[in-house]
Amino acid sequence: MEPDIEQKIKEMQSQISELQSRVTDIEDTHKDQLAMIVMSGDMDKILATMVVAVGAAAMDTEVKLFFTFWSIAALRDPKKKVSGKSFMAKMFGMMLPKGRNHLKLSKMNMGGYGPKIIRKLMKKQKVFSLDEFFQQAADLDIEIVICEMSMDLMGIKKEEIIDYPNLSYGGVATFLADANESRIQLFI
Amino acid sequence: MNEEELRAIKVDKSVDARGTSCPGPLLAAKKAIGQIEKGQVMEVLSADEGTKKDIPKWCTKKGFEYLGTIEESGFFKILLRK
Repeated sequence: MEPDIEQKIKEMQSQISELQSRVTDIEDTHKDQLAMIVMSGDMDKILATMVVAVGAAAMDTEVKLFFTFWSIAALRDPKKKVSGKSFMAKMFGMMLPKGRNHLKLSKMNMGGYGPKIIRKLMKKQKVFSLDEFFQQAADLDIEIVICEMSMDLMGIKKEEIIDYPNLSYGGVATFLADANESRIQLFI
Repeated sequence: MNEEELRAIKVDKSVDARGTSCPGPLLAAKKAIGQIEKGQVMEVLSADEGTKKDIPKWCTKKGFEYLGTIEESGFFKILLRK
């Protein structure tokens, strides 16, 4: 009888240690982190991005935003002037919004009147403005990575990007590596 | 806990987040929670309806005890124990 119990205890101990190592594996590979691809440069979608990002950071989730394609125009600083652009880059630069306060709405833009109404409503409803959201994001150490390849495609130069503390440039592997270790991945 | 019991709780820290909408009150709560000790009570004043659901979720995640919500005119108080 006794050796039987001993055997069973041994089996259970080995099962417990196996479970422990499995749990550690899961915890190690999936951090309390949000990785988000921000592709759209519409005002409403950038706003949604910032609400989710700042909300997540408020809940102590680490946030990494990967800006690509149209969204990069939202990171332009209208005060910064760049010289030495090619003809095509200049044309693109003229047609793309000059920063987060010049974005269009994805619906009901009405020639720029829509965003004005939304901004007015946001102020009335005490929603943070995009300027305030970016300030909060900076304070919360939310990371912004800009896709280098789309910057080249759009003809946007690093010299015209906003001043933001935790901002860097990277490629798709940067996002994939971040997404791989994150519990939440989103695309907007 | 009923409203009477909630009102009787001694509040150690009050955060007035009535000047902001989602996710402002949550952010205000996060910034203030560091200023109280474990076991102390904090109240968050908000006029944003979403906050009523958000703060309890945040409490669950952070391991704080959500005590309840008191309705006032035009805003509400959310109480939690760290």
